[in-house]
Order: sequence, then C-alpha cells, then structure tokens
Amino acid sequence: MSSTMLEEKYNYDVVRLFTLATLFWGIVGFAAGIFIALQMVFPSLNIEPYLSFGRLRPVHTSAVIFAFGGNALFATSYFVVQRTCGVRLWNDKMAMFTFWGYQAFIVIAALGYILGVTQSKEYAEPEWYADLWLAVVWVAYLLVYLMTCIKRKEPHLYVANWFYLAFIITVAVLHIGNNISIPVSITDVKSYSVFSGVQSAMIQWWYGHNAVGFFLTAGFLGMMYYFIPKQAGRPVYSYRLSIVHFWSLIFIYIWAGPHHLHYTALPDWAQTLGMTFSIMLWMPSWGGMINGVMTLSGAWHKLRDDPIIQFMIIALAFYGMSTFEGPLMSIRSVNALSHYTDWTIGHVHSGALGWVGFITFGALYYLVPHLWGREKMYSTKLISLHLWVATLGIVFYITAMWVSGIMQGLMWRSYNDMGFLEYSFVETVMAMKPFYAIRVMGGVLYLAGALIMIYNVWKTIRGDVNAKEQISQTQGVAA
Amino acid sequence: MSWLNHDKLERNSLLLLAFIIVAVLIGGIVEIIPLFRKETVIEPVEGVRPYTPLELAGYNIYIREGCYNCHSQQIRPLRDEVVRYGHYSLAAESMYDHPFQWGSKRTGPDLARVGGKYSDEWHVAHLVEPRDLVPESIMPSYGFLAKRALKIHDIDNHMASLRVVGVPYSDEMIKMGEKDAAAQAIGIARTDISGLQSRYGEKVNARDFDGNPKMISEMDALVAYLQVLGTMVDFEAAKDVEGAE
Repeated sequence: MSSTMLEEKYNYDVVRLFTLATLFWGIVGFAAGIFIALQMVFPSLNIEPYLSFGRLRPVHTSAVIFAFGGNALFATSYFVVQRTCGVRLWNDKMAMFTFWGYQAFIVIAALGYILGVTQSKEYAEPEWYADLWLAVVWVAYLLVYLMTCIKRKEPHLYVANWFYLAFIITVAVLHIGNNISIPVSITDVKSYSVFSGVQSAMIQWWYGHNAVGFFLTAGFLGMMYYFIPKQAGRPVYSYRLSIVHFWSLIFIYIWAGPHHLHYTALPDWAQTLGMTFSIMLWMPSWGGMINGVMTLSGAWHKLRDDPIIQFMIIALAFYGMSTFEGPLMSIRSVNALSHYTDWTIGHVHSGALGWVGFITFGALYYLVPHLWGREKMYSTKLISLHLWVATLGIVFYITAMWVSGIMQGLMWRSYNDMGFLEYSFVETVMAMKPFYAIRVMGGVLYLAGALIMIYNVWKTIRGDVNAKEQISQTQGVAA
Repeated sequence: MSWLNHDKLERNSLLLLAFIIVAVLIGGIVEIIPLFRKETVIEPVEGVRPYTPLELAGYNIYIREGCYNCHSQQIRPLRDEVVRYGHYSLAAESMYDHPFQWGSKRTGPDLARVGGKYSDEWHVAHLVEPRDLVPESIMPSYGFLAKRALKIHDIDNHMASLRVVGVPYSDEMIKMGEKDAAAQAIGIARTDISGLQSRYGEKVNARDFDGNPKMISEMDALVAYLQVLGTMVDFEAAKDVEGAE
C-alpha cells in the first residue's frame, strides 16, 4: 500500500503527535534528571523555594515515566492497534482528545510540583484535581483502544494488544485505587488520602510497584511484541510462550508491592507474600525476554549491522538484568542492605534507561520513517552513535549507583572495635560524592544520545537525504 | 488447534479484558483487604494522638517541600538502625498520617524519632542553612520558611477533612484549630495553653519554635512537627505489650 493510501486508512496524525511529544518530554525529563543529580553534587544549585531537590525530583520522575514513557505508549499502542487490527482508530476526535488531555495533565502536574502541590506519594504525586482529569483522559484512552480492538478486521487479537490492554486497564485500577482522597474544599488544591499509615503504605506500593509492572513493563512488552518481529522480519519466537508469559506476568506482578516495605510495620505475612511473588516473577520476566531475543532466530546477522535491532536487543538485555536484580533485591536479607540506598536508584535506572528507554528508541526509529513516509531514517550511523553513547551513559550511571549504594549500606551497619557504629550519617554522605559526580556524567551521555536522535529525526521528517550514506550503500551493493 | 482454548480470548476482546481484570485484582485483594482490620495491623500502644493544628500545618509543609524524597520515617528492627535512630517504628505511630511518610530513600538520615533530639535553635539554623551546622551536608536550604507567615486560617477545614477519613478530631478541636495553633507557637511562656493541653495532652510542646515572636511562621510549624516525631508513644508501656506477646 502506498503511503497516501495508508494515510487515508489509518489515523497517523495522532500517532505523529504522540511521537513528537515523546521526544520533547524525553529531553525535558532527562535534563531534569541531570539537574537534580547535579544538585546532589553541588547543593547550592537548590534555588529555594521553587527549584529545590524535593520539588524537582517528582518533576523528573513524572517527566520520564508519564511524559516520555506515557507518550511513547500512546504513540506505539495507537500505531500497533491500527496495524494489527487492520482498521482505523475507533474515534479520531476522542483520540485527539487523549493527546491534548494527556499533555494538559503533564503540565498541570509538573506546575503543581514546582508550586509545592503534591500528595507525597511517589509516582502518584499529582493532587486530586489532576488525578480526576487523568482518570477522564484514561477512560477515553481505554475506549478508543478497546473499541478499535472490537471493530478489528483480523479474527485474532495480536499478542502486543493483550499487553497494551492489560497496561491500560490495570493502570486505571491502580490510579483510582491509590488516589482516593478527600479534598479540603472544592477550591483547595490539597487533599487527604483516605488511607493512613500501614494501609496507605501498602496501597501506595501496590500502586508504585505496578506502575513499574504495568506502565513500564507490560506496556513496553507490547512494544517489544510488535516492533522486534517487524524490524527483524521474523515472527515471534513462540506463540505458546507468549501466552504463558502474558498471564503469569500480569497475575504475579500485582503481588510484588510489599517488597518495598521489608522490615517495616507492615505485617510480616504481607512482606513474605511480596518477596515470594517477586522471586517467582523472575520466570515470566525471563520468559518474555527469551521470546523477544529468540525472535531473531534465523536473522542473527541483523544484530551485527542494524542499530535499530541492536537498540531492541540491548533493551531486552537490560530488561533481563534488572528483572534478575529485582527479585534478588526483594529477598529480605538483601533488602536489609539495599533498601534506602542508591542501589535502588541504580536498579530503577537500569530498567528505565536500559529497558524502557532503549525499546522506545528502537520503536521510534522504526516508526518515524513509516509515519512521515520516508524510506528509512536519515542516518543509520547516527543511530549507531546514539546507541553507543547512551549505552556508555547507562554503564556509568548504574555502576556508580551500585558502588555508592552498597558502600553506603555497608557503612551504615559497620561497627568499630568498641562496638559502636563506625560512621556518622554525614560521613556516609561524604563518601557518596564521587559517585554522584559519575552519575551526572552518565546522565549527560544519555541526554547527548537523545539529542543526536532528535537531530536525526528532524532530518528524516524534513526529508533530507544523507548523500554520504546513500553512496556507500550503493557501493556496497555494487561490490 | 489453539492452546488451552486461548483462541476464545483472542477472538473476544471483552472476554479478554474481563479475564485480565480478574487476574490483576486477586493479588491486591489478598494483600490489601486484611489491612482494613485494625487488629491485624496495629499493636495497641498508648500515647499516639492526632497532630495539633500547628503540627498538622508542619506535616503539610514537610509534604509540600518533598522532604520524603530524601528522608525516611521508618526505623527497621535491625541492630544498627535501632542504635542509630532509636526504637523501631510501630504501625500505630503513623496511623494518623494521611498518607504515610515512611519514605524509600535515605539521602539524609531517618527522621522517625528526630523529635527532641536537637534544640529548636538547631533545627531553625539547620533549615536556614544546613552547611552552617553540617559542612558536608547536601540538603537544600529552607530560609524562606522563617520569613513566610503560616497560612492557618483554614486549618479547621483541613481537620474536618481528616475527620472524614478517620482522624478523631472533636468538634471542639476543629473549632479551636486556629487558636490552638497560635497558642502552641506563641508558647507556654507568653500565653495560656491550658486549652491546647486539655485537647492534646500535657506533653504537647508549646513554645516559640522559630525564636521570632513577631510572627507565626512556616518555620514554627515545621519545627513543631519535627519535634513531635517519634515522641508520642510511651515505650515503657509499649514494652509491656511486646513482653506479653
């Protein structure tokens, strides 16, 4: 089908908008991360009251998770559902509403943080009015997605859609469940959660861990199940494995929340359940990784010279690594050391930068030429450069956090010969300094990679032809 | 042939959606619902009371500034933590926190029992410029809190909302909210605090926390909050409860 026919058949407008928003918010989120990382090295960068670490950290986390990740999920899910169902999105106007509505949510939430409006629940900081707005947008998203699935031309719903569907509906349940609160008054931005103490902790981490499980995992697995087979030109490795992967992943993930609350006042039985299911979660996670990697069966040579495939496979490698590290850290005695330290931050970032970031970059590099009717990305070499700069950045980041986290955990529990604690708290803070500086470097590299991507995407959209790469390719064919 | 009849789910999106909802609800139900029975969660200890209006205002400033991003309020029953911070945290101690402030990261130290450990003057100086007292600290400075008047006129609305979600504020407490906040920040030396004490107990701290008698500032509220953290439970009584278990 020619690209104009595709344009008529499918709603690419909204996918293009979400794609551009993904790139824009990615830069904002990565830059915010670098800034708050710098604040931990140079505390004088905290500009009170609006730009202090405490107010900016949610700006960073929300920008990368919900703005960058969220827009990537909207873009890819709307593309995938149309292509795999063989029909146009169910309702163009409502789809466009989800775009503007979601961007409005991001701006409302971020402005709130800077002004000090927050529920203080990690990754659920937006106050009641922003939460209500998001609920409306999310229901519209579910409707558009589900109705498109229902009116599909294909007899079967493709596996990527199961994951997207699970992500959308579960995030709705989590969002509503965790944000039930009573506003002080209809004109007051402040509300009080109906849950308190132990209850609120459990419900928050039921939400928090499944923001990881469904927002940052299930949704992006949907991406994996479509874009890896497409880019590799091979079918998914195992249909049966994808069924087992899907049901076991979504069933088990939801139990894992209490591993954020080991040794706290949460009842022990709940902690034990959380730990047990977290360890079980290792299996479906690796099942999914294997299904993705093995999709390259018969096309392994592409791993050598296609940087888009490289992005996707490195994403799966990081996914495998962090889904092994996660169960390890959920073991109570390991958690006794790792909890409250930078190890957690390192773990999150190997998943976020490595898995979520890389599978998104890979998918977008596939998507951009399709959406703008180009044969391929402007420069393959720049994709490759992005890949290696960003990979180096991740390695700097996570190794710095492993060292600082484990070191701080060990210093906190270290005793001297007299049986007293060996280090005061601030001595452990001082020991972190070099690693906080290395982390900044890692972040800068990651951002630099993303800026290379922006340039490459911009050139592709403009329709510029890269004469150099064009020539070398022709020569390659001739040879 | 389709595997285990998965075919049906792949052909019917609504059925698939229904199965997904069931699959993701089970874990949450098992782990969360039992926690709504107080007896499964909270050990009976004496002394935990709702925050005074001034402390509540301080709690809200603590949230507003995102203190929870770097400070935990949950001491684990591990030897080094109990030595460093004090008795491990009990469930009852956060039962009136909507929401909890346990935190997840210790870029700075745990604050669950910071109350009474340092003087008011120390807290004020430290919040204004942490590096004046701890040169290696990487904490942001919060000098503006001392300059900003505390917005307290609507504290009764806040208390009424908290009562809706289960905090046992009485009509009298809510009615006297603003006055109690003022009395606590003006302090025992300069005003009558008998009403405040009758409502929140003899132990309540009532003094000019920020050392500036001209204004009730946000600093007053935040320091009042920090100074009550971890001090409510009478651990002599708690020991008996634990011994009986």
